Amino acid sequence: MISNRDSKTGQALFEYLLRLGDDRLVLGHRLSEWCGHAPILEEDIALANIALDCIGQASNFLSLAGKVENKGRNEDDLAYLREAVDFRNVQMVEVPNGDFAHTIARQFLFDVYSYPLLDELQKSADGEIAGIAEKAVKEDRYHLRHSSEWVRRLGDGTGESHDRVQNAFEDLWTYSEELFFTDEVDDILVAAGIAPDLALIKKAWEEMVAKVMKDATLDIPGNDRYMAQGSRNGRHSEHLGHLLAEMQIVHRSYPGVKW
Amino acid sequence: MDDDAKLIEFEAKIKRGEKIEPKDWMPERYRKQLIRMMSQHAHSEIVGMLPEGNWITRAPTLRRKMGLIAKVQDEAGHGLYLYSATETLGIGRDEMVDQLLEGKAKYSNIFNYPSLTWADMGVIGWFVDGAAIVNQTMLARSSYGPYSRAMLRICAEENFHKKQGYEIAATLALGTQAQKEMVQNAVDRYWWPSLMMFGPSDKDSPNTPLLMKWKIKRKSNDDLRQRFIDLTIPQAQRIDLTIPDPDLKLNKKTGHWEFGKINWDEFYEVIRGNGPCNKERMTARRKAHFDGEWVRIAAEEYAKKRKTNHSNNN
Ligand SMILES: [Fe+2]
Ligand SMILES: [Fe+2]
Repeated sequence: MISNRDSKTGQALFEYLLRLGDDRLVLGHRLSEWCGHAPILEEDIALANIALDCIGQASNFLSLAGKVENKGRNEDDLAYLREAVDFRNVQMVEVPNGDFAHTIARQFLFDVYSYPLLDELQKSADGEIAGIAEKAVKEDRYHLRHSSEWVRRLGDGTGESHDRVQNAFEDLWTYSEELFFTDEVDDILVAAGIAPDLALIKKAWEEMVAKVMKDATLDIPGNDRYMAQGSRNGRHSEHLGHLLAEMQIVHRSYPGVKW
Repeated sequence: MDDDAKLIEFEAKIKRGEKIEPKDWMPERYRKQLIRMMSQHAHSEIVGMLPEGNWITRAPTLRRKMGLIAKVQDEAGHGLYLYSATETLGIGRDEMVDQLLEGKAKYSNIFNYPSLTWADMGVIGWFVDGAAIVNQTMLARSSYGPYSRAMLRICAEENFHKKQGYEIAATLALGTQAQKEMVQNAVDRYWWPSLMMFGPSDKDSPNTPLLMKWKIKRKSNDDLRQRFIDLTIPQAQRIDLTIPDPDLKLNKKTGHWEFGKINWDEFYEVIRGNGPCNKERMTARRKAHFDGEWVRIAAEEYAKKRKTNHSNNN
């Protein structure tokens, strides 16, 4: 089943799976904060549903990461016992939720990245990744439909909703470039047919973002601003430490017990 | 047909065990009582998301986190479903939500107690959903068709919640000393408020006789409470947890557990708004509602635009 997991590929694969898993774990965590506090009951349900999918995907990717690493760590060890600098998610998913427009804009920018990525990963030379992606891509299709519909609704709704979601995109744009960061991890895995070339995903992302934002009467923010970087190598915002403190508190307070 | 004749027919129908459907004639008091009960029930599902939502971000494993999110999401679904069932009686969801936010409508007292540890996620599922099942199994036989059908559907999920809660509690009870203390503490805090979920004793429950006559309710508060106690005590014994009631005693003749005195003063205080979390719960619901107002307006506005664009194109 598993493709070449010699030490170099294996190490790259472990890193790559952390990136996939951590993005979805941290995003799912943020989304779950809405549960019980959303603007309409239907969104309490929808956001919880998406959070659930994200954490489920994260659990699968992290579980596989543990297997690949082969040091006896499972998905919970990886989620609950690593420090912020060991996390590999992009900063976009760790920033606080902000208002509903901010949450939707973030979700949209991420979904447009995640959906084509998972779509490509279904063809991965690594059968286990392909299997996880096959299930996840169906969930992401729904996530993307949900977030893009809301971008249209807010963009072309009222003056206030338009301004709020436009501002959200301006704020989040800083974090958009990181989604497409590549290094030797990608080089190794692309060469091995395990991961797709992110340059292709980026093209699909740009087209889809442009299309939906145009429909929504929104302006695409310019790139002449500070662009966040470094989180794929553990350089995060200060927000992640607080998020993890909350997430990990119970697990770490009672080491080694069954829950 | 005059109202007296209609009433006779209505009551005959109920006696025959037929369901009353939204389009059927019904006495104003029947409609009012149902709106009160059903909207209260819907509000309870919604406010009930808060104490458990409080622990989603701290759940100790990914599996538990997913289980808890799924559960709270189900409760939102129950709320939605119950609001629509209540709408069949001629009241809008907006109006019901306003009544809740203005403090005119009630919701279950139990959600005015704080969730203090992870063990509460076990004990709430076990006790609170367990009590809900006892109540809803009875309401599934209610004379009002939409309510009865809603209960059937919801109850299946509540059963799953109770199982999940009991499993969390059992895992803690059979765990380390610290875990065991954590879950015993939650049992100590939630036992009595859970018993109060069934409402005041029959002799202090003025609505009960009429509700029973019209088969909105099929069993009295005290009967339901007794059933919950009889079901729950063996479950606690099985995992070696102590129910905080020194007067508990199995009556071998009746087969029922006799129990101590419920503190009804506390019950009425919490109903009056003086419970540990009444303020927080309402503040959280109001904040979600008012912070979300611009979203709802935008969605409405967008839908209107789409409609006009559509008709312009035709
Ligand atoms: Fe429920
Ligand atoms: Fe439930």
